[in-house]
Amino acid sequence: MEMTGAQMVIEAMKLEGVDTVFGYPGGAIMNVYDEIYKQHDFKHILTRHEQAAVHAAEGYARATGKVGVAFVTSGPGFTNAVTGLATAYMDSIPLVVISGQVPITLIGTDAFQEIDATGISRSCTKHNYLVRSAKELPLILKEAFFIASSGRPGPVHVDIPKDVTAELAWFDYPTRVDIPTYRPTTKGNVRQIKKASEAICNAKRPVFYLGGGVIHSNSADLVRKFVEITQIPAVETLMARGTLRHDNPLLLGMVGMHGTYQANMAMSETDLMIALGPRFDDRVTGKLSEFAKHAKIIHVDIDPSSIGKLVDVDYPIVGDLKEVLEVMITKVKEHIDPDRYQSWREILKRYNEIHPLKYEDSDKVLKPQWVIERVGELLGEDAVITTDVGQHQMWTAQFYPFTYPRQLITSGGLGTMGFGFPAAMGVKRSRPEKISVNFTGDGSILMNIQELVTAVESRLPVINIILNNHYLGMVRQWQTFFYDKRYAETDLSFQPDFVRLAEACGGIGYRVETKEEFDEALKDAVEKKVVAMIDVIIDREENVLPMVPSGGTLYNMMLEFKE
Amino acid sequence: MKVERRIISVIVQNEHSVLARITGLFAARGYNIETLTVAPIPDSNMSRLTMETRGNVRVIEQIIKQLHKLIPTYKVIEHEEMIEKEMVMMKFPINESLSNIQALCQAYNGGIANVSSQHIITMVADEPKRVKHFIEAAQRFHPVEIVRGGVVAMERE
Ligand SMILES: Cc1ncc(C[n+]2csc(CCOP(=O)(O)OP(=O)(O)O)c2C)c(N)n1
Ligand SMILES: [Mg+2]
Repeated sequence: MEMTGAQMVIEAMKLEGVDTVFGYPGGAIMNVYDEIYKQHDFKHILTRHEQAAVHAAEGYARATGKVGVAFVTSGPGFTNAVTGLATAYMDSIPLVVISGQVPITLIGTDAFQEIDATGISRSCTKHNYLVRSAKELPLILKEAFFIASSGRPGPVHVDIPKDVTAELAWFDYPTRVDIPTYRPTTKGNVRQIKKASEAICNAKRPVFYLGGGVIHSNSADLVRKFVEITQIPAVETLMARGTLRHDNPLLLGMVGMHGTYQANMAMSETDLMIALGPRFDDRVTGKLSEFAKHAKIIHVDIDPSSIGKLVDVDYPIVGDLKEVLEVMITKVKEHIDPDRYQSWREILKRYNEIHPLKYEDSDKVLKPQWVIERVGELLGEDAVITTDVGQHQMWTAQFYPFTYPRQLITSGGLGTMGFGFPAAMGVKRSRPEKISVNFTGDGSILMNIQELVTAVESRLPVINIILNNHYLGMVRQWQTFFYDKRYAETDLSFQPDFVRLAEACGGIGYRVETKEEFDEALKDAVEKKVVAMIDVIIDREENVLPMVPSGGTLYNMMLEFKE
Repeated sequence: MKVERRIISVIVQNEHSVLARITGLFAARGYNIETLTVAPIPDSNMSRLTMETRGNVRVIEQIIKQLHKLIPTYKVIEHEEMIEKEMVMMKFPINESLSNIQALCQAYNGGIANVSSQHIITMVADEPKRVKHFIEAAQRFHPVEIVRGGVVAMERE
């Protein structure tokens, strides 16, 4: 059928099964918005900032594994979206972001709202396209969805000049794509898997190092089974939280800078690290020369460039984690003797007894950890949790009782303040049956506060819980530890009235200072199903512990802060 | 880790901004490009890039993997057993000895490319090391301009 480029965009969304587009219109993309007006196949949610549109699409994608979609206009619309693209890129999140561009005839002339969008997005997307004519559009859109969601997922950016959206061409949407230059390896090398399996059966102190790849490949069930069969203890990165239930006795907790003592000790003393889809981030490894010094390493990843990038690997396996695990589990099952790791498990248990994850509760002032645990008790698996970035993010990762994958949605790689609230809207949109809770900070929430309007208007009842320490807390903590308490520009004592701010936008606000008030506010917000802002005044000086100071070694954690 | 020189060829789909993707990758990750030669492959929609780079084993391995990861990359060839050639053009004043210059060029697989009323232009294509020697040897004819091309390479078999 012949149609305009703009119509093609709409048709492609329909054929890709897109039910939600987050976006913001403007001159260069008006032809597409005109077609949005005429259709009923998907819902367009108008965020109040393009960054939020992309984060919302990310929240949607992270909660479901489906491709998230956002539309923005050229120039400032696109540049506002860049932080979202970068956030998604660092965490391997499948997105298709479509931007308008000035007409082809004006490209290169510094036209009004012209910016070299593909030049900017090149380094923060998996791939990008500048569309040259409407007849290219069907294949490009098909490829965009395919590339975003296959192999190591990631954001794909499609820049469409305005005249292309008006141009007529034949629309024949491909049913399948084959890109000869892009064929991700999904099936792991069987000989290598066999060798790795033998190593597992022969190890004395093995540990699973679970990364975000477990979530992206939807392998959590298999990982649970693997852990169960082998009785090998496991650590999770921030991005892998929820792979194992929080109450699984083999889960050692989170690893890395704010990981548990037992997790970091396990990583330091293991003789065989079984790395499933992590990327050896510096926030996890600490000082590289001391990392896993005594261990052989198995690393399974779909991205060959992840393997051996920072740490030498003894058993590299390129492939889709799910496919690899299916083979590996059958191989390991034949020879495994879970009892052989008994003394190792006991050593780790001892470590946890000496230095468990803990905090000191108080009757006088609310502790952030209590608030998080309390939400866990009251909402548990009914809530999908998003966070912003800072201390509250780490406390959430440490203390929330996660029970399933994709229950924690957080910006890990880029650490983007302002991510949490819009992402929570995307979560609510894709998982309406869940309670969408965003743990945020008094700094972060202001970075996309305008989304109160979107959430109210679009009936996305997110519950924002501000763990309010009147500080850019995480930075303040570093200043306390490493800069002799010179609190340069981190004091946020001057604040808006968050209750009235929420109300001004049509939401509901609570300010709480005691446990009773908190319980009441949360109960009320859950019952009322409205956009809520619970401003929780917490102990200002609380620190995230334990901590591996950056560049330090995992086995040398700061367990408490002494003045 | 020891820093070594490597020649890598990349076969890529001929498409908008593919060269920017590759040079952008090198810039973003702090890799080195010493020389770069690009041309379309006849009768295909592919281009061949030949690059000379430097790095330790881990860096070279990452360069190859990262190049491969680019969507338009069809193939990355890490040359081991290769013939490599580089070209250089040099311009000399007309008052230098034409026959001596010609003899030198011939020793390096080259010759005189042009002679005008003012200048002699020579052209030599040889292994990069030999090209370096040629340039050194030609200094005594007081060259006024030197233009070097990048390395191109082909596997022996
Ligand atoms: C966009 C952005 N700017 C700056 C930072 C650096 N940064 C990391 S944590 C943090 C403090 C966050 O403060 P708040 O949201 O109040 O959280 P808290 O640490 O107090 O829990 C800052 C400024 C960042 N991660 N993202
Ligand atoms: Mg704060």
